[in-house]
Parts: sequence; structure tokens; C-alpha cells
Amino acid sequence: MDLRFRDAEPTAEERAAVDALLGAPSSAWDGGDRTEFDLRFATQAPRVARDRRDLLLPALHAVNDRVGWISEGTLDYICRRLTIPPAEAYSVATFYSLFSVKPRQARVLHVCTDLACAAKGAEAVRRDVEERFGPPGVSWQPSPCLGLCERAPAALAIEAGDPPVNAVYGPCSVGQDWPATTEEPPVEAAVPQTRPRRDEASVSDDGGGSGPDGLVLLRRIGVVDPLSLDDYRATGGYTGLRRAFELGPTGVIREVLESGLVGRGGAAFPTGRKWEATARQLDRPHYLVCNADESEPGTFKDRVLMEGDPFALIEAMTIAGYANGCALGYLYLRGEYPRALRRLENAITVARSRGLLGDDILGQGFSFDIEIRRGAGAYICGEETAIFNSIEGFRGEPRTKPPFPVEKGLFGKPTVVNNVETLVNVPHILEMGAAAYAAVGTSSSTGTKLFCVSGTVERPGIYEVPFGATLRDLLDLAGGATGELRAVLLGGAAGAFVRADELDIPLTFEGTRAAGATLGSGVVLVLNDTVELPGVLLRIAEFFRDESCGQCVPCRVGTVRQEEALHRLSKRRDEGDLVLLREVGQAMRDASICGLGQTAWNAVESAIDRLGVFTAKESS
Amino acid sequence: MSVPLRPPRRLIEITVDGEAMRVPEGDTLLDACQTAGKDIPTLCYGDTLNPKNACRVCVVEVEGARTLAPACSRKAEPGMVVKTDSDRARHSRKVVLELLGSSVDLSTTPNAKEWMAEYGADPARFGEDAATVAEPPKVDNDLYVRDYAKCILCYKCVDACGEQWQNSFAISVAGRGFDATISTEFDAPLTDSACVFCGNCVEVCPTGALSFKNEFDMREAGTWAEDRQTQTTTICSYCGVGCNLTLHVQDNTIVKVTSPHDNPVTHGNLCIKGRFGFQHVQNVASDG
Repeated sequence: MDLRFRDAEPTAEERAAVDALLGAPSSAWDGGDRTEFDLRFATQAPRVARDRRDLLLPALHAVNDRVGWISEGTLDYICRRLTIPPAEAYSVATFYSLFSVKPRQARVLHVCTDLACAAKGAEAVRRDVEERFGPPGVSWQPSPCLGLCERAPAALAIEAGDPPVNAVYGPCSVGQDWPATTEEPPVEAAVPQTRPRRDEASVSDDGGGSGPDGLVLLRRIGVVDPLSLDDYRATGGYTGLRRAFELGPTGVIREVLESGLVGRGGAAFPTGRKWEATARQLDRPHYLVCNADESEPGTFKDRVLMEGDPFALIEAMTIAGYANGCALGYLYLRGEYPRALRRLENAITVARSRGLLGDDILGQGFSFDIEIRRGAGAYICGEETAIFNSIEGFRGEPRTKPPFPVEKGLFGKPTVVNNVETLVNVPHILEMGAAAYAAVGTSSSTGTKLFCVSGTVERPGIYEVPFGATLRDLLDLAGGATGELRAVLLGGAAGAFVRADELDIPLTFEGTRAAGATLGSGVVLVLNDTVELPGVLLRIAEFFRDESCGQCVPCRVGTVRQEEALHRLSKRRDEGDLVLLREVGQAMRDASICGLGQTAWNAVESAIDRLGVFTAKESS
Repeated sequence: MSVPLRPPRRLIEITVDGEAMRVPEGDTLLDACQTAGKDIPTLCYGDTLNPKNACRVCVVEVEGARTLAPACSRKAEPGMVVKTDSDRARHSRKVVLELLGSSVDLSTTPNAKEWMAEYGADPARFGEDAATVAEPPKVDNDLYVRDYAKCILCYKCVDACGEQWQNSFAISVAGRGFDATISTEFDAPLTDSACVFCGNCVEVCPTGALSFKNEFDMREAGTWAEDRQTQTTTICSYCGVGCNLTLHVQDNTIVKVTSPHDNPVTHGNLCIKGRFGFQHVQNVASDG
């Protein structure tokens, strides 16, 4: 490949940031200074570098972390190092909202203006920030959901440097200070179910089964030290992996199949069937991808799991790698989760040093390791094929299916992709046995489910309940709505609204489907009568417009037209605009490439049909 | 033109609009529909490129599928029941044409007007304030013009410039969503980019967003008249490869050079010399 560059040079600092990740260049052929030798002899360096295209995203992160933006000189240097055409690297850098290819301040404040925060007054905070810091884009920018919904309205500051510094704010208020660093509340503050038991909780649990209050997935949150492998093992950690080694890979898959576990990321696909299909592919190697790109507005369950019980995910990924014949697992983590990143990095390092990752795990002859890849602000990268493109160093655009990931996934190889919560269920299934697991919940939705309760509710947070509990049960657990309950958004921006008189919907996959709603990723966003619904719909439409990758026409233009129509409707009611919304929505649902476009109209449709927004019944 | 024979392929049975038909395994639904004589609109599909299926104007209904399928890329499978003209498929095509028509200048897109009429598409329904991708044409070299107000973002130019044909990688898609555009790195002028001016991106552009400078200037001046043009296919004399050139001649002057897509060697691709080096033919001194 013949690369052509303009005359931009990186600064010493930018070069150092890239070299810290990639090591020093070996010759002029991969970005070093030209020597007499290089003029006479070609080396293999470009070929080797080309095979590491997947380091493009980490390299962009390295520079963005250190300097705060990506200059042309840096981009060219990264391209020389990895033999990537600059036009392609530029296209990748401009895909992600956390990167900037224009100079900006080292410290950028990301103010969440998404659904859960908007319900708690984020608009006033945004206006206040704009008045004090000027127009967005230089020192602050509005942000889609930061996954801090229990602390709504929330904000995140990212300050470039060596090392970069993050600060999390929430709940924010008008006129507040934005100190350079903040003391983040412990993760269990997001889990009200464990809160009363915090004091008497002890680490000498029974070593398996459920913890306080019948919690399974959350049983260690706030009970163990998330940095301590010993704490994890003392509370039953790694019994699942030992059990897996006893069962063998096919035995593990049988257990997962019989447990009835289905994916918790939103699509509810049976995990056992996915694993079975991947494991039997002859093409090698197989890859595991853990989808921790939790970005559905109102979702923060995976963050709580990763921050509060990181070893559980490491163990679960190891089991999944063992069952599916993978030697390498990628953990694709949202770029906006600094604390989860720190704790997972620690967990991986500790697990490696104790022989729980790497070669010959527990003396069983099985080798497996985990690489963390950080997203950079793109909701679409949570789509199961977009995540592959993102890891491989391309734009995070979804691929056409078929072929499905089980056949051709990451690097074109058979790949199993699972959500964090799905994976974390697996050690418990192996500990308690498939039959015991399947006995919890209903016949087609087994086990327990995490729900992300946010909005105008007494005690927002993550709640774990067995499948089959009703929406009313869950709201009671969370202390009920504050004010007069108006509606509940189930499943996030891609979900659907239900009315205040529909609280007896059972929270199961089949129950919500029968009611014309969806569980999605477990979002339960409570809205009382002080929240303006047209504003919520506009925010949803804005979210999809911002997050559409732009690949297919129905979604790229449809999401814009949807937002325009909602803008008009919020000013005056018009039958024509309602017809237009419906027609565009139907085309997005039928003809978009991926789930983003296909679901971009769901919530708006349900608001019109079920809540009567913009129709005659609407009183506000 | 000789077309190389392919190894024989197994035939599979599918149903298209109620009629059973047998198609070679590996054929797409578009191949099958074209064999059956169905007229399916396409925009981002290129006969010399891998389908990107980005425009979604070719969607058809496959029985049992939750969503519609892009005919250009979905392979026929045994027993598939396909409806090319169902209400759902027609609705999506209509809306896609409306979405494109309201945001992009389709005035030089072949067949756009006919399809709009056929599907009853009304791009004006989104109102006068509907966002568009309008921007002034980029004229930064003497050979071709990039008028991205006409760009439907079909990725064909990117694919032709990149690994599918030219391997220059001078352009890619920058930005995201509605703001995405085709761009060089940091929006540098083409003359500073890796562009080798082969014009193979212009060859595959379905909307006229990319056009030869000569054609662009003549259209601006109002002198471009396709009905007065003849097309003559000949052989390029610059080197020994023997690429086919199709000379578009208006008023005894070469106004454009293209290349036949069905050429088994070059598939419509040329280099800068074949594509742009024709001025000497008509460089006759004015005094004879």
C-alpha cells in the first residue's frame, strides 16, 4: 500500500503517547526516522503493522487521553505506524463522539441531557453550563446517557493528561461548582436493595446460591471489595469455573441450554443456542466478545456489575471462552465508564498473576486471555456486528446479516457475542445447576433480571427481581413514583411507553411482548406528570439522529425527518405530520440495516398510540 | 465481448411473486428478479462492486422474515418465497425515495424521476425546512468535480477508490449519521490527497455527484446535450493493456470517456491517461 501524507508532524508529546502504546518504530518503514539502511533495504515492518489495524482505536484513545484531541500530525503518525491510509483513519476518528479532530481544551465536561437526567432537570443544568462556559464543543458538550441514571442529572469530566483524570458529578444542580476531582459514591449506592444490609454484611457467605434478599447477580455488590480476588473467592468466586472444567465444554453448553438463559442485552436470544452454534464451527480461531458498550439511555446495570463485582465478569468470560473454544476474549467497554475500566483492568491483572487467566488456567491445560477495548462514544457499537468493525479498527457500522457472527464474526472468524449481564449469569448457573436456575422465574423467562429504575421515582437504582414480578412490584420496591405517575418507558429509547394503569404487566420477555412493549435492556424510566412528554419524545428522536451511523438511508434520513416532525408537532398538532411519522417509522422498521433504525420509531409510536400524545385525547 | 465461463452451479428453487423459478446457487435475489423480468430499482448497487446495500431502495419481502431484505445482496436460498411488489416493499421504496429526494439533489440521477412517479413519492411533503445535504461543489482540480449536494452516500466511490479496485484509499466516509460525507483526511483538497485521478469513482457514481470537469462545466453552461451524443467504444492506445474506452462525442468533440463495465479484464476501470488524456485528439490549430 502506497500511503501519501501531507507535511503535518506530531508534537513530541503526541508521538510519545502513540509510542507508549505501540512501542518505538523499528525503521522508517513504520514511522521511524529514515536511516541509510532504510534507503537500501525494505523490511517486513509495514506488513506486520498492517495486521494490527485493530490497534487504531486504542492509538486514537492514547492520543486523545494525553492531548485531548487528534491533530493531523498525530493521525499521520498513527497511520505510518500501522500502515493505514490517512483518509480511513480520519473516517474512523470522526465516527466517535469522544474524539475531536479540532483543537479543544484538555478538560471537557460531558453534561448528560438524556432521558433519565432530563426527567430530573438536566435542561436547567445544561443551560447553566452554557451560560457559564459558552457554546458547546470547546470546554463542554451535551452528552447522551452516561449510565449514571441513579445520580441524575449527571455529568462526567474528562481531562486529558498523563494520566488522564476523570470526575463524575451527580446529582448536579444549577450554579454548582465543577471541582477538578470528585469523590464518587461507592457502587452499592446504586443498589438500594443491599443498602440496609450494608453494615452487618459479612464476606463469609455460604459460598454459593443467593446472597442477601435473594440477590444472585448483585449478591456481592457492596459486600466484597471489588479489587480483591480473595474476597471474590471467599464468596463463591471461581466455583463456576471449576464446575465448568468438570463438565467439559459440551457439558457447560448443555447446562446453559437447559437453564433457559436468554440474552440480556435486549434481543433475548437463547444463549445456549448461540454457544452451541459457535462451538461447532470448524473454522478457527473462535473469538469471544463481551458487549459492555452499555449505551441504551437509562441503562446502567452493566456498569454496576463491572464496578461492584468485576471478577464475576472475568470468570464468566473465562467459562464462555472455555465452552466456545476461544483463546482470546475482547471486552468492549463503553468509553464513558472510567471506574469500571480501572476495576476491570485490576481484575484482569490480578487474575493473570494468580493463574486464572493466561496459559494453563487452574492446571487444566486451557489457555485464555482477555483484552479490554474501549469504545469512544458511539451507541451503534453495541450492535453485535458494529462492535466487530469497531474492534478491528474500522468505522463502527453494522454489517449485513447473514452471515451471522457465529459463522463470520470478529476478524471473519466464528464469534460469540454476549452482554455483560448474560455472561455474569453463567457462573451462577454452573454453581446452582441448570434445573435450580430454571426453577426461578417463569417457564420461558428463567432466572432473575436486573432492572435499571430511574426518573421520577423515590429510590432510583438497579433492582434484581425474579422474572414474573410485575411492574407494580418493581415500582413498590423502588418506593413508588414521586408525584403523580404518568407513564413508564420500558426498554429505553428503543423500547415502549406503558400507561400508569398498565402496571400489572409481568416483567418477562413474553409478558411485555404480549403487552406490545419490550424489556429491552431492563430500563424502567418512570415519568410523573411534571415531565413534558413531547420533550421526552424529542429527546428520543434527537438521540437516534445523533447515533445513527449513517450507512442506510431509512435510518440516516428517517431519524432526521422524525425529529423534524416531532419539532413541528410539539408546537401544533397536525394530522399530516402524524401520518408522516407513521410512514417514515414503518420504513425505518422494515428497511433499516440494523436494530437501531428498526427500533428508532418504537417509543414515539407507543407514545402516540398508548399515551395519546399529540392526539385529541392528549390534554397537556 | 467474450465473457469467461464460470463453473456450473447447482440450481435451487425459489418462488418470486407466486411463480416458481430455478436460479443458480449463490445468485442474489436481484439476479433472480432480473432473470424473471422484474424491474427493481437500485441506486447503491454497482455491477462491478460488492453490494453495500446502503440505499435500501431495492428491498423485497421474503416470507417469514421480520424485516425486508435488500435484493442486491441477499442470496437466494432454497424454498425462499419472495414478493417484489408487496405493499410493504412498495411503501419502503416510496419512503426511501422521498427521504433521498428531500435531502439530496437527484436532478442528475438516472431513473429517479420515473421511480418517483411509479411509487408515488412526494419529497416535498417534509416541508421547506427539511434538512438537506446541500453544499457548494468542490472544484479543486482540473479533472473532476465533487458535488456532494448530490451525494446519496452509497459508498461506491469509496469502494472503487479503496480495496475493491484502485487501492488508492484517497477518500472515505467522515463524520456520522446525517452529517456524514465523503472526504479525504481533514478534508484536504484532492491534489494533496492520495488520489491518482483515475476517475474510477466517477465511473461508478450513481447520481452525478462526481462528474468530469468537462461535463460539469458544460452542464453549467447549458451546452451538455446527451441526446446529441454518440458513443463509440475503441481501444486505448497509451499502453499495451488494451483497455476499452467508450468515447462520448458531441458535435464532433470528445466530451467524456467511460469504459464498458462488462469488460472481463478492466470492469470499467481506467487510468488517468485513458480517462482524461483525449485532448490531443481535438487539439487542432484554429487555422487548420
